[in-house]
Amino acid sequence: MLARDESPLLRTPLHALHVARGGKMVPFAGYEMPVQYAAGVLREHQHTRNAAGLFDVSHMGQIALRPKSGKVEDAALALERLVPQDIVAVAPGRQRYAQFTNPEGGILDDLMVANFGDHLFLVVNAACKTEDEAHLRAHLSEACVIDSLADRALIALQGPKAESALAKFCADAPSMRFMDARPRKVAGFDCFVSRSGYTGEDGFEISVPAEHAEALVTALLENADVLPIGLGARDSLRLEAGLCLYGHDIDTATSPVEGALEWSVQKSRRSGGARAGGFPGAQAILAHFEKGAARRRVGLRPEGRAPVREGAVLFADATSAEPVGKVTSGGFGPSLNAPVAMGYLPSSLSASGTQVFAEVRGQRLPLQITPMPFVPNTYKR
Amino acid sequence: MTILYTTDHEWLRIEGDVATIGVTDYAQSQLGDVVFVELPKVGRSLKKAEAAAVVESVKAASDVYAPISGDVLEVNEELAAEPALVNSDAAGKAWFFKLKIADKSELDGLMDEAAYAKHTA
Repeated sequence: MLARDESPLLRTPLHALHVARGGKMVPFAGYEMPVQYAAGVLREHQHTRNAAGLFDVSHMGQIALRPKSGKVEDAALALERLVPQDIVAVAPGRQRYAQFTNPEGGILDDLMVANFGDHLFLVVNAACKTEDEAHLRAHLSEACVIDSLADRALIALQGPKAESALAKFCADAPSMRFMDARPRKVAGFDCFVSRSGYTGEDGFEISVPAEHAEALVTALLENADVLPIGLGARDSLRLEAGLCLYGHDIDTATSPVEGALEWSVQKSRRSGGARAGGFPGAQAILAHFEKGAARRRVGLRPEGRAPVREGAVLFADATSAEPVGKVTSGGFGPSLNAPVAMGYLPSSLSASGTQVFAEVRGQRLPLQITPMPFVPNTYKR
Repeated sequence: MTILYTTDHEWLRIEGDVATIGVTDYAQSQLGDVVFVELPKVGRSLKKAEAAAVVESVKAASDVYAPISGDVLEVNEELAAEPALVNSDAAGKAWFFKLKIADKSELDGLMDEAAYAKHTA
């Protein structure tokens, strides 16, 4: 029985498969999702780094932006009004990481944008997808038809064996390089395949029509190299890779510069660039580029064995009363066999090698600011 | 020798006036992979229901409460060095600490194995 104010959890097209394979289902972003399977988070994490992991990410939003003019460049120019990225420069068959920004320069969501030749294909976070679609409709409806692709599932195949596992069903998958993205037949189904992911490993994300999702996943899982992986290991993998979790490491109060995402804002959109500014919060974000931001997202390695988790308050030394920052993600890194975290600190304290302290159960634990990724990525560039 | 259980999923092995304390196999199955254990200091005087130790899995941190009052006689340093013992041998090698039982009457409220099995069924 559901309480009156509780909405029922949604299910992905792979729900029955998760349950049949022993997935431990938990609520996540309004969906019932597997947090782990029988192998457990540690083994699932290691299997992804050593072989291949298969993730159901169908809860994420998939959106097509179709230019009314028929020219994909018009969709790209329209989308540039909402993101600080150069979308025009994304060539057909390529994909780019982007953020929707707000007028204060904060981040409404982060997303992937692919150019499919005649339209753009967006993947957005599950928890933000309703707002993202409304945002797109409110601002881009003149230039684009905004098409919510709710009838598609999305899976990620990640790890050193992902390429060989996918090649059995998509012969030209090995010819793709990191951030290539294109419509492709996979096991005979009409899919969108991109060489990307959220683990730091080489791998692919595959959008598949919902009615074929179970057949495709079942076929991929027949390969002994491939195991289903839950959200628990997805989180430890992305944390080791230094990748942001929206709503935790970046949110409406953090700018892309504070979030250490300068690399994702191309020169053409910065001051002096061909299409400088023109996105929400441009004034604040470009000022951060020019003058620097007061705080910054950094990688943190606790010196001891105790995990330092999200919400832990950071101090400049072992005794000071005044907090200087906060941990936004933290846990145990199975590939490092050590705790790992990220958080925000004043820019003056953000240099690698700086020691700071986190308060955990009344004790001050030392951490070192460490460059990210913590585990080197293995993208096929 | 008697084994008793708490509703918080701890076990106590009672030998004379010494209680050895750990978490149950059911608890470890719920916790998932354990990656860190913090043990009390030897000599610390624990009150019943006081947070005595911490067990952290890949998912979350949980307190281990003192199921009874008493002074800490010994802690399992091997467990601190190898927290995964909680997953592989919760009822054996993964004991947490030993207490000198302060008040035997505090044992009265605890469950025996049959009652605990019913509690976790």
